[in-house]
Amino acid sequence: MNILEINNLSKVFRLHILHGKKIEALKNIQFSVQEGEIIGLTGKSGSGKSSLMKCLYRTYLASSGEILFSSRAGKIDLVRADDHAIIALRKTEITYCSQFLSVIPRVTAVDVVCESLLRTGNKEEARAKARGMLEMLGLPTELWDAFPVTFSGGEQQRINVARAIIGDPRLLLIDEPTASLDQKTKDTVIDMILELKKKGTSVICISHDEYTLERLTDRRLDLRFGELTEAAMVS
Amino acid sequence: MIENKKYSNKYNFAFIDESTKKEIRRKLLKAVAIPGYQVPYSSPEMPISRGWGTGGLHVSLALIGRDDIFKIIDQGSDASVNACNLREFVQMMTHCKVTFDTTEATLIQSRHRITEEVLKANQLFVFQVPQPEPLRGVERYENKTRQMHGEADYAKMWVSLYESFVRYGDIMLGAGYPVKVNDRYIMAPSPIPRWDVPNLNQSEALFLFGAGREKRLYVVPPHTKVEPLEFEDVKFDIERFLGKSCYRTGSGKAFLDELFLDDGSKQFVVNDSNYLDKLAAGNPVRQHVNKYLNTIQS
Amino acid sequence: MSGIKDNWLLKVRNLTKIYGEPNENTLKLTGPSCNSNICPETESIVACADVSFDLFPGEVLGIVGESGSGKSTVVKLLYFDMEASGGAAWLKPFSNGHSNMLDASNQQKRFIRNHLMGMVYQNPRDGLNFRFSSGGNIAEKLIMAGNLHVGNIRDRASGLLDKTEVPVRRMDDRPSSFSGGMQQRVQIAKAIANNPPLLFLDEVTTGLDVSVQAKVLDLIRELQQELGIAMIVVSHDLSVIRMLTDRTLVMKNGRVVESGLTDQILQDPQHEYSQLLVSSLL
Repeated sequence: MNILEINNLSKVFRLHILHGKKIEALKNIQFSVQEGEIIGLTGKSGSGKSSLMKCLYRTYLASSGEILFSSRAGKIDLVRADDHAIIALRKTEITYCSQFLSVIPRVTAVDVVCESLLRTGNKEEARAKARGMLEMLGLPTELWDAFPVTFSGGEQQRINVARAIIGDPRLLLIDEPTASLDQKTKDTVIDMILELKKKGTSVICISHDEYTLERLTDRRLDLRFGELTEAAMVS
Repeated sequence: MIENKKYSNKYNFAFIDESTKKEIRRKLLKAVAIPGYQVPYSSPEMPISRGWGTGGLHVSLALIGRDDIFKIIDQGSDASVNACNLREFVQMMTHCKVTFDTTEATLIQSRHRITEEVLKANQLFVFQVPQPEPLRGVERYENKTRQMHGEADYAKMWVSLYESFVRYGDIMLGAGYPVKVNDRYIMAPSPIPRWDVPNLNQSEALFLFGAGREKRLYVVPPHTKVEPLEFEDVKFDIERFLGKSCYRTGSGKAFLDELFLDDGSKQFVVNDSNYLDKLAAGNPVRQHVNKYLNTIQS
Repeated sequence: MSGIKDNWLLKVRNLTKIYGEPNENTLKLTGPSCNSNICPETESIVACADVSFDLFPGEVLGIVGESGSGKSTVVKLLYFDMEASGGAAWLKPFSNGHSNMLDASNQQKRFIRNHLMGMVYQNPRDGLNFRFSSGGNIAEKLIMAGNLHVGNIRDRASGLLDKTEVPVRRMDDRPSSFSGGMQQRVQIAKAIANNPPLLFLDEVTTGLDVSVQAKVLDLIRELQQELGIAMIVVSHDLSVIRMLTDRTLVMKNGRVVESGLTDQILQDPQHEYSQLLVSSLL
């Protein structure tokens, strides 16, 4: 079953400050993702990988086309869906793990990780789950109750990954999950994502790391100047 | 020669002209109809300055008839300067009988006290009121206080009681303790001591309040519920004299004044002069009955 | 996804506040396209017009814009501090969301203010009575909700002050002797005294120094997480908006020029003014 169908997706930035200058970031993107499928997004810097991810997450508003997501409640077009519907999906079904950790200051690592669960569920259970994940990812215990703003790149990266997968999302958008991680942690992260895949989670993953792509992805999509290349379309 | 009786006296009966009396009576009727509600009125010029009992005088003079027997007290005393002057004025203007005897009087004007003796259904009791607005202490704007009364929005009043309790360990309002009338309006009972406040409740007599300077009239009709504001766990209480008693009559069950005698000693004496005289002479007296007084041994 | 539409807590439609005597052209001749909120024909001032949005339970909505954009007016109209010139607003817990709360009687409005809403103003003097102690200020809200037991009032007030990190031993001091941050926390304690489902925060950190600002923001975030209160956060400070809110309205000249998810507004602003606003920050 397709969890995601993307049809003719385009994104044009119109910069009013630069007298209405237009920047075409994505052109006629078209692909679909099956339940439990892991897709690798590749391409040079500036080819539109992150823009595509952000369009899927609605951080960017797509200019045209549609993104049909098969949510638990039925098909929904993420381009046109109401903000509240998107918020609801972000809480339960779609998570996004960006390249950079942007967290609220003065919140402990554990609480950052389980933030999405704190709002609704039992707080102690949520924190226990978060600690379990941080342990698996090998984050030193003395950092658990510290503020991640001061952490190193690798430490932040792990928190970022843990935060994105803690709620067992149905669609995981993940940007460079293994960059700046050592080999052992890299494998742990990859294993955790594969574990999610077994539960039916579909993943779209940006990576430049051949090892990660090789182990993780079922299929690769190559972006060039905002367009999917021929090879990608075929496979 | 035809004798013109109409103009034999320089002034109209009871000083105020008839149409103004009518106006005051109309406003009083309205006040009777809405217990505790402050009715604005004209507050005409009087030969005393405003703030010296004009409101009480307006009410007394608008209501007094030729058969009335008038009594006036100032802080319980028939003999204080203010009471004497006003009594003389009312008598000159009406030629009515005046008295010191509380039970004999049909119209009693008072400043800052209710008589110690119980009031009867044929008696009118008029208060001189300096500040009719109980909310003035918490809200200085008149339009706001009116709105607060209109909507029965009394939280600020309650907070001031709370604050008083927190600051001093008690609701330290000596005189003019706020009351709720007929489950609706909060009313300033004029600065009567707390001792007198329970006597407003379910009285036989009609209580009328006149504030001349502030141009307001309000009324507690007979048999009306009047409750002092109190919290569930911090209750209203009357003044306690802790076993002190009147040095002349030995009574401990009356509102007492502190008195320094010529020899420098401190004594207590019953504040209500007529009540004191009756007690001292051994005449029979009937005091008000309320649950607070019941707790005091006489 | 159809059920989600009826899940609102607060529904606002075409909320409008105009000072002066507008004519039929006033709304056309004002707004961001004219870069003015003063009608050239009638000189009436459009503080806000046609503001519509839905707020869901537990959701945090930001309203951002420059001074005079009408963002504070919106919350003041909804908190009944001012009377709206037009529009309607429904609050779910008030008559089950069936009647326009802007048309309610004064008693009903007071009930809504005391039980269903809380407001934290930029200036603590607007939200607190400086003649009462901080405990008394909280007591006022509790008394309005019918609590007339001093012991219970003091228990609840000290619990709230404790939660907002105001030293409980200062409960009987007047807020005038408090620091700005502490006054703001007393204000927050008062605003949430009756567990309202909706809280308005009007520039609550403006004028506080940075470390105090951070503490107040942390407190608001914790309360939101713990109590699940829906909030409308008015601020000209985009970092406050980013930290607290799920969705954001951008206002200019009394109109909403853009609304969307907060991360979308901050990273992909559509309207010219939103782009300017965001670029001035980053």
